[in-house]
Amino acid sequence: MPSAVDTGTAAAPAHRTRGALARLARDGLGLTGAILVAAFILVALLAPWIAPADPLRLDVANKLQGISLAHWAGTDQLGRDTLSRLIWGARMALGISLSATGLAGAIGLVLGMIAGYGPRWLDGLMVLCFDSVSSLPVIMFALAVITVTGPGVATLILVIVTVSIPGYARLIRAQTLTMRNADFIVAERTMGASTARILLRHMLPNVVGPLVIVLSMDVPVVIMLEAGLSYLNLGVRPPQPSWGNMLYDGYTSLRQQPLLVIASGLPLVLATVGFTFLGEGLRDALDPRLRVASR
Amino acid sequence: MLTYAIKRVGLAIVILFTVMFAMYALVFLVPGDPASLALGPRATPALKAELIARMGLDRPVPVQVWNFFASALHGNLGYDVWSRRPVAAQILEVFPNTLFLGAMALGWAAALGVALGCLAVVWRGTLIDRLLGILSVSMIAVPPFVIALYALAVFAVWLGWLPAIGAGTPGDPVSQFRAVLLPAFAIGITWVGYLARLVRASMLEVMGANHIRTARAFGLSEARIVGRYALRVAIIPTIAVLAVGFGSILSSAVFVETVFSRPGIGMLIVSAVAKRNYPVVMGTVLFMTAFYLLVVTAADLLIARLDPRVRDAFRG
Repeated sequence: MPSAVDTGTAAAPAHRTRGALARLARDGLGLTGAILVAAFILVALLAPWIAPADPLRLDVANKLQGISLAHWAGTDQLGRDTLSRLIWGARMALGISLSATGLAGAIGLVLGMIAGYGPRWLDGLMVLCFDSVSSLPVIMFALAVITVTGPGVATLILVIVTVSIPGYARLIRAQTLTMRNADFIVAERTMGASTARILLRHMLPNVVGPLVIVLSMDVPVVIMLEAGLSYLNLGVRPPQPSWGNMLYDGYTSLRQQPLLVIASGLPLVLATVGFTFLGEGLRDALDPRLRVASR
Repeated sequence: MLTYAIKRVGLAIVILFTVMFAMYALVFLVPGDPASLALGPRATPALKAELIARMGLDRPVPVQVWNFFASALHGNLGYDVWSRRPVAAQILEVFPNTLFLGAMALGWAAALGVALGCLAVVWRGTLIDRLLGILSVSMIAVPPFVIALYALAVFAVWLGWLPAIGAGTPGDPVSQFRAVLLPAFAIGITWVGYLARLVRASMLEVMGANHIRTARAFGLSEARIVGRYALRVAIIPTIAVLAVGFGSILSSAVFVETVFSRPGIGMLIVSAVAKRNYPVVMGTVLFMTAFYLLVVTAADLLIARLDPRVRDAFRG
């Protein structure tokens, strides 16, 4: 749904950002989210230095251990240190979710502006494509692609990017449509500015705001998807640690050692909850109008 | 209304055809031929030739596409590479299980979600409203398959109260009900959060309407106003979300069925993907997409019937 357009975005960005950050800090939910996300990013970045052991080193003699001083979160069915694998798993989750949402956002931005600003027939065709892709249940599409290409990180990112583009493109398209006849765009066109100049210099700064918020709210969804597909052994391939394939390892040894499932689920829950809280906080702080529009 | 219905159904059919075409194109886009893809490392030239002949892969591509479309429209979704059983029969065999799971999940989620949303409106602006808000967001944020695993660990393995695997004995409603409880709990929890938020938001919009003010002027109690007069209007957006929600419930079912080894569409497709049994994968995806489009279109038509503003919006 096209919402009213905020023309103040370009006017005073620094002031707005500071105000928004202050609002975010006052909001308990958003602040909790920000702290969880910051912790998650720190762990992911510092993985090589803070992981107590090599996440791939086997020690079958000490398999499925409980909590101990040597292994704070126990060991898995091959005796690998669970805590170290969780820390490296954070890196995997962060890398995949950020690169996939970033890429999808960028492509969605371009396609959305083309659909919204280009000729009507192209718009109709693109909207049909967007609607077709988004009418597929995400997992069904993912499974269809993985059948053909085989599992792996590259396939995972390809799938996530493909299914995410339509949502972003439609958002940008709606924003672009409401802007295309705004006075300053018409003025620019009358003065003979090229389409590229209009889109990049004038349209882009005005339509990109809501996209950033939606992207931040989609990161937890992508983290879930990565973990889910890795759980089905269709995402990150073992022995590379991912929270999803660790959950699967825990599932298979659930009766001998429930600790592995519980420990592997916890960071996943904290990360998705953290990103969701942060996204909610950001949305309320940056753009209170979306609060009504998105519901 | 009729124009709207025709347009809406037409759009659904066009989308379904686009999806069918894309599904089929997918197989030809990747390097290597479909036969060796399906047979994997076990492919011998003889086996391959036999499969190619059986699946009609030796015919020209346009003929193949035509055959695929024609047989799909007749309800023939192709044959399992290994067991040679019709894909459609396999789907229909397990689909009731998935449908039952989805209905149970959506059922308890809708009941609790709408109730929580109403409570938040009755106590709007208070601490209870705030806590319910945080609870809803948390429910949305937690991945359903982690809940499934934790529920499995606690209620099936540790406490042993409920079965850990399967869908219950066929023909025994009690065992089927016991088997569906944990999976339905895991899938539904996200939707409790969504619906509570949605009902609260659309209810708050309705609370400012004239008929609510009139009801209040007549001195009706707040609970009665919320439950009887506001909910009736506020429930309309919920129907739309429930329909879309069915798609996401089917997606969660893929994981949750795998966790509980519960026969269903999810288990069928996951094991087919692992074996690269692509006729089963394509057939199941197509079936689920068609089903999903059917649900969403039906919901849109229902909403248009309930709310004339939607019909007008579609025109513009």
